[in-house]
Amino acid sequence: MKLEMKDSPGQLVAAIKPISDVGGNIIAVIHQREPDLANDTLNVQIVLELPEGRLEKLIHLLKEQGVHIQRIGEEKLLYKRTVIMIGHIMHTDLSDTVDQIDSTGFAEVSELSMSMPAINERSSSRITIKAVSKNDMAAAIEILRRVSKQKSLLLIEPLEDIA
Amino acid sequence: MKIALLGLGSVGRGVAEMVAKKDLGFTITAVADSRSGCMDPGGIDIPALLAKKKKTGHCGDTGITAPDIVKKADYDVLVEVSPTNALTGEPSIGYIKTALARKKHVVTSNKGPISLACKELRTMAGRKGVALRYEATVAGAIPVMHVLEHGLAGNVILGLYGVLNGTCNYILTRMADEGLTYDQALLEAREMGYAEADPTYDVQGIDAAIKLVILANTIWDNGVKLSDVERTGIDLLTADALRLAEEEGCTIRLIAEAIPRNHVLRVSPRIIAKNHPLVVEGTLNALTLETDMAKEITLIGRGAGSVETASAIIGDLLYIREHYGKRA
Repeated sequence: MKLEMKDSPGQLVAAIKPISDVGGNIIAVIHQREPDLANDTLNVQIVLELPEGRLEKLIHLLKEQGVHIQRIGEEKLLYKRTVIMIGHIMHTDLSDTVDQIDSTGFAEVSELSMSMPAINERSSSRITIKAVSKNDMAAAIEILRRVSKQKSLLLIEPLEDIA
Repeated sequence: MKIALLGLGSVGRGVAEMVAKKDLGFTITAVADSRSGCMDPGGIDIPALLAKKKKTGHCGDTGITAPDIVKKADYDVLVEVSPTNALTGEPSIGYIKTALARKKHVVTSNKGPISLACKELRTMAGRKGVALRYEATVAGAIPVMHVLEHGLAGNVILGLYGVLNGTCNYILTRMADEGLTYDQALLEAREMGYAEADPTYDVQGIDAAIKLVILANTIWDNGVKLSDVERTGIDLLTADALRLAEEEGCTIRLIAEAIPRNHVLRVSPRIIAKNHPLVVEGTLNALTLETDMAKEITLIGRGAGSVETASAIIGDLLYIREHYGKRA
């Protein structure tokens, strides 16, 4: 994430401490003074790992410290599930099906394999979905269930790990 | 212990043969098939009866019917293995009630009565002080009821996952292994005698759902019905779908699952890792029980077959003799 903070003593520590408070692990801190920047602020980029579901808490703590978050970079999507869909996948607007997942903001279709035997025959596709958390994945699968029902597609879900 | 046998199809024949062959101390005193019956309080000559059935299609006298036997014959245990009616459970429910009312134990392989009237029949048996046992209704030879009752006694059963229909498992195995289409695999299953002429019950997951209902009622006494099961069959699967699963080190199997904490009760084709214990070949059945102490236990075995199903029934008969010995 890219942070903007006051260029005064103790500010960097103030920005870093909440990360350890929420159990995060700092991988890199990039701290550069840019000459064209108004001279009372400092830009810092931090690469970090966070346990699942702690990002909201960290954002809140940083705001309390008066640190402005300019940008939260690529959040790695940690959960991956593969489903198979069978039916008239193209004719029922595949891009809409994919978009229903991608537009959630918390899950995305990361891979799609299709096999189309002949025109008018049902095709089969394998769709890999990534999501940030287990709950988000469950929500994404729920969306696919709804879409499959609407479009009369057969959705084959993975058998969850027994736990 | 005297046994009245209702039904002389594949399962009934298996029971009769094993009782005749093994020295278990059982005497069959009455037998009925769909068109005839015979009674002999001194014990029926089983090999002669089976030979007659084979030759004439009748096991006895057309003047003696199944209801006559249930009501009047001299027996300790009614072994009810007549064909299943999944919609009404009749006439089997009536036979079972009549036997229980006479304070006779009942052992059945018949899914209809147990899935439709499990609670009522169990309560009735309890009131009459007799046993109602139905090991053979779920997963054929796999002793799942005995495991739940004894081996896992004291455990809380948190959920279960099973491959409970051998026909579907055979079709899916063949589609995965040989790249057959659904129709080709079904045709082959029919030729092998694994699928009925009308495969609807099997391929649309109804049979697996009925077994799931029996398990759920037995374990959690929750009164769920067939209509409560969310059900998807395998008849719309494509060979491509299996290939797409295969590319990921997975396959597709029809899985019945019940997880009360998540309100899940469903039968559906699922993507499953090929090295998962529930991925069994051919007509085999498999069942994973998730419990609080033992964690996961998976049982694998034959889900159908004449002698295989007789194994479950004989297990129930021996259980009854052991627990009600003086009377039975």
